[in-house]
Amino acid sequence: MSIMGTRVLRKEDPKFLTEGATYTADVRDPRLEGAAHVHFVRSTFAHAKITSIDISDAASMPGVLGICTADDIPEDVGTVPAAVPLFPPSMMNRPLLATGTARFVGEPVVAVVAETPTQAADAADMVFVDYEPLPVAIDIEDANADNNIIFDDVGTNTAVDFAMMGMATGIGEEDIFADCDVVVKQRIINHKTAPAPLEGRSVACVWEGEKLIIWLSSQAPHGFKGALPGVYEGIDCQVICPDVGGGFGQKIGGTPEELIMPHLSRVYNRPMRWTETRTENFIGIGHGRAQVQYATIGGSSDGEIQSYRLEVIGDSGAYCGLGAFLPFFTHIMAAGVYKIPKIETAAKSVVTNTAPVLAYRGAGRPEATAAIERAIDIFAAECGLSAVEVRRKNLIPADAFPYTTPHGTEYDSGAYETSLDKALEAADYQALLAEQAARRERGDRIQLGIGVSVYVEITGGPAPGGAEFARVHITPEGKAQIFSGAFSHGQSHATTFAMVAADQLGMSIDDIEVVQGDTDKVPEGTGTFASRSLQFGGSAVYDSSREVANQAREIAAKLLEADAEDVVLDTSTGAFHVQGTPAVSKSWADVAAAAANDGVTLQHEGSHNANCSYPFGAHVVVAEVDTETGEVTVPKIVTCDDSGTILNPNIIEGQRHGGIAQGIAQALTEEFVYDEDGNPVTSNFADYGFISAAELPSFTLVPLETPTPNNPLGAKGIGESGAIGSTPALQSAVVNALSHLGIRHIDIPLSPERVWSAISDS
Amino acid sequence: MEISVKINGEEHRQEVEPRTLLVHFLRDQIGLTGTNIGCDTSSCGACTVHVNGESVKSCTMFAVQADGEEVLTIEGLASNGELHPMQEAFRQCHALQCGYCTPGMVMASVSLIQENPNPTEAEVREGLEGNLCRCTGYHNIVKAVMEVAK
Ligand code: FES
Ligand code: FES
Repeated sequence: MSIMGTRVLRKEDPKFLTEGATYTADVRDPRLEGAAHVHFVRSTFAHAKITSIDISDAASMPGVLGICTADDIPEDVGTVPAAVPLFPPSMMNRPLLATGTARFVGEPVVAVVAETPTQAADAADMVFVDYEPLPVAIDIEDANADNNIIFDDVGTNTAVDFAMMGMATGIGEEDIFADCDVVVKQRIINHKTAPAPLEGRSVACVWEGEKLIIWLSSQAPHGFKGALPGVYEGIDCQVICPDVGGGFGQKIGGTPEELIMPHLSRVYNRPMRWTETRTENFIGIGHGRAQVQYATIGGSSDGEIQSYRLEVIGDSGAYCGLGAFLPFFTHIMAAGVYKIPKIETAAKSVVTNTAPVLAYRGAGRPEATAAIERAIDIFAAECGLSAVEVRRKNLIPADAFPYTTPHGTEYDSGAYETSLDKALEAADYQALLAEQAARRERGDRIQLGIGVSVYVEITGGPAPGGAEFARVHITPEGKAQIFSGAFSHGQSHATTFAMVAADQLGMSIDDIEVVQGDTDKVPEGTGTFASRSLQFGGSAVYDSSREVANQAREIAAKLLEADAEDVVLDTSTGAFHVQGTPAVSKSWADVAAAAANDGVTLQHEGSHNANCSYPFGAHVVVAEVDTETGEVTVPKIVTCDDSGTILNPNIIEGQRHGGIAQGIAQALTEEFVYDEDGNPVTSNFADYGFISAAELPSFTLVPLETPTPNNPLGAKGIGESGAIGSTPALQSAVVNALSHLGIRHIDIPLSPERVWSAISDS
Repeated sequence: MEISVKINGEEHRQEVEPRTLLVHFLRDQIGLTGTNIGCDTSSCGACTVHVNGESVKSCTMFAVQADGEEVLTIEGLASNGELHPMQEAFRQCHALQCGYCTPGMVMASVSLIQENPNPTEAEVREGLEGNLCRCTGYHNIVKAVMEVAK
């Protein structure tokens, strides 16, 4: 029986459970012996001229080795490389340390280097920076109005106008709603949330002659290696990512604090370490989502949708990193799972005096789903129809795939109505409706709401697709090593990639080692983000495993004194034999020994290129709303998420669980808040509503497998689905619980105050 | 000052600074890096260990306060190469992904079950409220703890 599709326990776990994983701060490499430590002095102003920096007291503190300001950075050290080449305007690029102007609270201004972390922190307290405050732009719409300009020489806060770049349709001359009986418009806030991996950023580095060795907590070791030459021209380096404690999009590129480390290590001629605190992680690196949307939807009064327009203003934060690019994903996924004849999108990103916006689990696609799902609910309410029935009426039918939306996005495969039916059935929708009716009838204090969302997203994007590298090598003992350019920071590649190879090679996963996270050992790679690893990285393992099996067959043929064409590899036993005569066979050990004897290396490497895939599903969330306090609890979450062919149900379910929790968190408890002056007010775990076990129920997961034709594994990405479907489903549930009061929309997060005000205004 | 602490059954006599936190002492002086640091407000539980059999967030305590006490960390939980039932349940239930919360979560779960051998799901969820996990949505963690309670 094939190992594929089975609940294999993780190879990672025995170590993680008995001694703990080895994160960057745990690395005790002898080359890091005697490392100095860095502490950053961060701006306390959202927008200010830096008029002077007094380091004299700090410099004489115990253990201080040196203090670095922007003036001390030599000219041959560059700025943060653009996240997307040629995009956005280079004038909004970010320096390693604030230079002349600070643009958000938390921006690093000075780096203090000392013998110990405590000495560095103590000395940092004695650095005095003089600021001359400048007017701020914190709110997205305010920044968009260009009331206060953040980059004088650019003259506008608009970083990117997607329609102008041909990356959104723009709003046409023709009124697409002219023929609609019913048209509704809604302003929707998709607020800032913190990715908050439990491990923050951490770096350790050392120069060995002209070569930099750098350890860091990253999702993309090769991506970081690729970014370094943008700062240090011609640099020779080895990037090593040991175990990583989660990323969720936060650890894709290089951030200034990480990128300045090689410079500090070189100047002070010491190995150098920096591990951020939770507060630094919250105020310093950036947040996800952050859009204001205007959704307009129109159709016939019997619930058929004819036209949809989505206008988005995305916050890119203080500079133009990856966040400035994310509204593009919102544009391409605007249509959601619906067959809508006319679609228009307009999207912009604007800079604000807040921490840079970054990719966070879903990165632009949850925002698209949130908008269309809200719009459908409101449209259904306006028509006086059931939101579930309006969805059903407009879903793209299963026989329409591959399907291209009117604005050009090509969905690979789908069974949207099936996912909706299965989720509703598992949730016992009819019983929920009856319960809701009974509570309304009785006028219960605790009202019940049922929220439904149906979503589709793009993984491995942007279209058309992507690539990942894998090398499969057979050791002289007949075991396998996989060198993967994808990199697990919790996704379990050591287990799943071993399963893919085991299935092709007929080996036990115990005989397969996955090597990842070291750019000297793995020659190429992209990394793990956008739910891309299995579809691209796994497919690369699949390809190379098959090639290696073919090479091995040639050698086995010699041993069996047969023609290679007649020799088969029995993948259930790992034995090579002549077709039809399994009794005489050779093992991997025999073949590997023979290869070694002949001086042949059994190995294949290459990149697998594939098109993106479009996972989809339906979520049903039940909310209980206390009509006297506005408090929301979530007793039931049912999801049917389709990620194509399932490799390991445990791991797929784990990804769904984590995503669901983060999506519910955004709708319910989590918001990264700045006050009007740009001071962060939720800058640690005590103030931020990080979701805990107590606020969540156990989840009911319904399986569905609609393979994608776009890669040999049939796998679609699953990392982000949970976070995409659950947010709008909970929002819908809370509005649904209160719909009898005439409430049609409440923005997230659904705090008791916000829900209570909606009730009392109704 | 000098302190003497029994850690995972072994006596350690060491010089510590008065302001050294127990978590830093364990990680930097003893070299037991299984215990992690996830926050600066004593909110996340990644640093949870047992002191005299009770679960404690080791970032809330100075090393000097552990003088003469017994500390158990994740590294000392398995015995004779056998996983503790809680470790085994975490493994069976896929209750960990990136592993960062795991040592603290396992230690907190062990003491939760010691205090309440037959908890309801709600009690497990309440009991683990101070241990944050970003990866698992807690579903499989709760399942693992309930398995051990069975
Ligand atoms: S590090 Fe101790 S509770 Fe977070
Ligand atoms: S497993 Fe990653 S934080 Fe819990």
